[in-house]
Amino acid sequence: MTDAGAAAPIVRMTGIAKRFGAVEAIRDAGLEVIPGEIHAIVGENGAGKSTLMRILAGLFPPDAGTVEVAGRDVTGWSASQAIAANVGMVHQHFMLVPPLTITENVILGREPRSGLAIDMARAQREVAEAAERSGFRMNVRACVRDLSVGEQQRVEILKTLVRGARILILDEPTAVLSPPEVQELWRVLRALRASGGTIILITHKLDEVTEISDTITVMRAGRSVARFPTASASAASIARAMVGRDVVLSNDATTRRSPISQTARAGLDVRHLVVAGELRARAVDDVSFSVARGEILGIAGVEGNGQSALIEAIVGLRRATSGEISIGDRDITALSVRERDALGLAHIPEDRHRRGLVLDFSIADNLILGRQREYDRHGTLDRARVLADARAAIERADIRPADPELPARALSGGNQQKIVIARALARETAVLVAAQPTRGVDVGAIEQIHARLRAARDAGTAILLVSAELSEVLALSDRVAVMYGGRIVAIVPRGEASEELLGPLMTGAA
Amino acid sequence: MSIALAFLAQTLRIAVPYLFAAAGGVLAERSGIISLTLEGFMLGGAFSAMLGSYYSGNPWVGVLAGIAGGLVLGLVHAVATIRYKADQVVSGIAINLLAVGLTRYFLKLVFDSSSNSPRVAGFSAGTSTTALVAGLLHNPLIPLGLVALPVVAWLMYRTPFGLRVRAVGEHPEAAATVGVSVARVRYIAVALSGALAALGGAYLSLDQHQFTDGMSAGRGFIALAAIIFGRWDPMRAALACLFFAAAETLQIQLQAMQAIPSQFVQMIPYVLTIVALVGVVGRAVPPAALGRE
Repeated sequence: MTDAGAAAPIVRMTGIAKRFGAVEAIRDAGLEVIPGEIHAIVGENGAGKSTLMRILAGLFPPDAGTVEVAGRDVTGWSASQAIAANVGMVHQHFMLVPPLTITENVILGREPRSGLAIDMARAQREVAEAAERSGFRMNVRACVRDLSVGEQQRVEILKTLVRGARILILDEPTAVLSPPEVQELWRVLRALRASGGTIILITHKLDEVTEISDTITVMRAGRSVARFPTASASAASIARAMVGRDVVLSNDATTRRSPISQTARAGLDVRHLVVAGELRARAVDDVSFSVARGEILGIAGVEGNGQSALIEAIVGLRRATSGEISIGDRDITALSVRERDALGLAHIPEDRHRRGLVLDFSIADNLILGRQREYDRHGTLDRARVLADARAAIERADIRPADPELPARALSGGNQQKIVIARALARETAVLVAAQPTRGVDVGAIEQIHARLRAARDAGTAILLVSAELSEVLALSDRVAVMYGGRIVAIVPRGEASEELLGPLMTGAA
Repeated sequence: MSIALAFLAQTLRIAVPYLFAAAGGVLAERSGIISLTLEGFMLGGAFSAMLGSYYSGNPWVGVLAGIAGGLVLGLVHAVATIRYKADQVVSGIAINLLAVGLTRYFLKLVFDSSSNSPRVAGFSAGTSTTALVAGLLHNPLIPLGLVALPVVAWLMYRTPFGLRVRAVGEHPEAAATVGVSVARVRYIAVALSGALAALGGAYLSLDQHQFTDGMSAGRGFIALAAIIFGRWDPMRAALACLFFAAAETLQIQLQAMQAIPSQFVQMIPYVLTIVALVGVVGRAVPPAALGRE
């Protein structure tokens, strides 16, 4: 990985290692970026991409290795030194203060003064000018909390540019964007590159890598394993480098069975559902749809458009304001979570750490959460049976490491998610609500999880899939619904669904 | 002198300690540090102001000593919660207990009394009805108290320090990534809150020309309620302080009339506080990082 090309690298990281407590986040990682390129760092979750970039941005020092920027050894520098050297980072979780205005966020830490006070007029003028130079249209007096996620990201980028960033690091910038917003981001990044800026982009989405980057560095298990020009790479070869083996990138639905007719056995039925939310009176606003057994209905949409409230109302974690939810012919609107569970409703929660797992419990104990009554023996848990069933489930779901006594916390995100899914599908399910089933999961595990969902569908489960990844919705669904502003704005059969059609719907533009 | 003017004058005098304490509390809370400590800061300030005045014979030295006492207590709280990341509620309660214990201990040690100090130089406010308004100006801590929250508002919304306080209280990681020292901002905010609340305490002891045991009498908690009632905004907190003071004035005046059983009358400020907090405020949204590390 030393084929740096003609220009001298502007960033060179070699032999970097970093551990957090007992966890070795990266070891022997390296990176070479030449000036004026868009450099993609790809790898599965937990491969160490973010850690490597945070070291570059000065958020913490490496345990070993050297960092050079523009030929200068800057190993172990601080965040403010990195900013002073024109290295800026846009974090995956935005570093914005929601109640403050755009201007206040941008000037924080380097406020222009007149006397003792902030020269707010000058600050607003300067921020507005900088925004214009970067091609951003924004009201610099607006509060950040009133902005869309895409707009917030632009504020983040503006923040780094105002600080003079010429090397811009973006950590999973598209995770929260709708397709048109992604295109807008690409436009901004290309313009930056054209003006001589260098961009380092962390992502795990292969289509993005091939679309936007000039060079790719692949990380796997804390190491940099490959570096090549994007022009010479294919999605399959990148995936192979990421996972270390061949991966089936099935993005088409040809493997699925013939479509299920609408008159098939009733699965989940939602009628005129209204659910109150924290921010809006109607987080879910008069939503109706049904999912037949043996069908996957995918709900596409940018996060925060009512999906969470919809899921929680269906599984019984949040009360519906009005409307009706039924499974088969049974009205479940007023039933408790446990009563719904008894009717065959299973749930893969969107946040596995908050709702899906007790991280300090063992794999075996997590697998029986909610099922513990079935393991009752004279008032105590039948440990032998719990462990035997856990071993079987671990083998079926390919959970690694295959030790039922290990705490869930010790597993990677992908393997943690396999526990959640194994538990949800451990028995006959009439209806499965799968929320973000592959969030933060590596490519290899995604493949497996998708296969399990398809198998459950083929076995007659009605699956409601909610995912922020449009590609996932398109890959799995028989029908696709788009949610925007608490409403279902469209439901189309898979055959008619495309990014071009759904993208504008997701932003409320159509 | 109309009754209304007398009512207003008494309300302002009662409001002064609330205004000082709330000014300090707003600063600390907006920086993310819970201000359960206001009560202790006030009591400590009242005692050290009395002590300063006692040894110097000059009430202004008392004011400075009060500020110093508040700064010390504020720094203890800051070191515990910022440097050693102690739970803010636990540290707050500890500070309050510490203030009670220390003032009692030194009261006994220095003056051999378990109830009050001897009379010291203070700021005399006119007590006769005709001198009410003049009396307000006669005690310099009263006009100071009235401008405390407007000054904090200016500090908070117009200065770089204020912007940093607000940022640190809402999203400390964001502030840190742009090079703002979260710890430094919080140290300053909590130390200032100690000094300001102590001024409220100094007002109490210098107004009465002596320190009496436990003389803060829950005023720090009323100030905290005023902050919440004012939704962590300095000017609204000032209005809340005046509202609580007016309720107390009403109670005192009604009690003097003896028309209603005094127990009911004494409830007025507290009932109004509960009604106000429940009914008027609705859901108050505190600074996002309040109480978190």
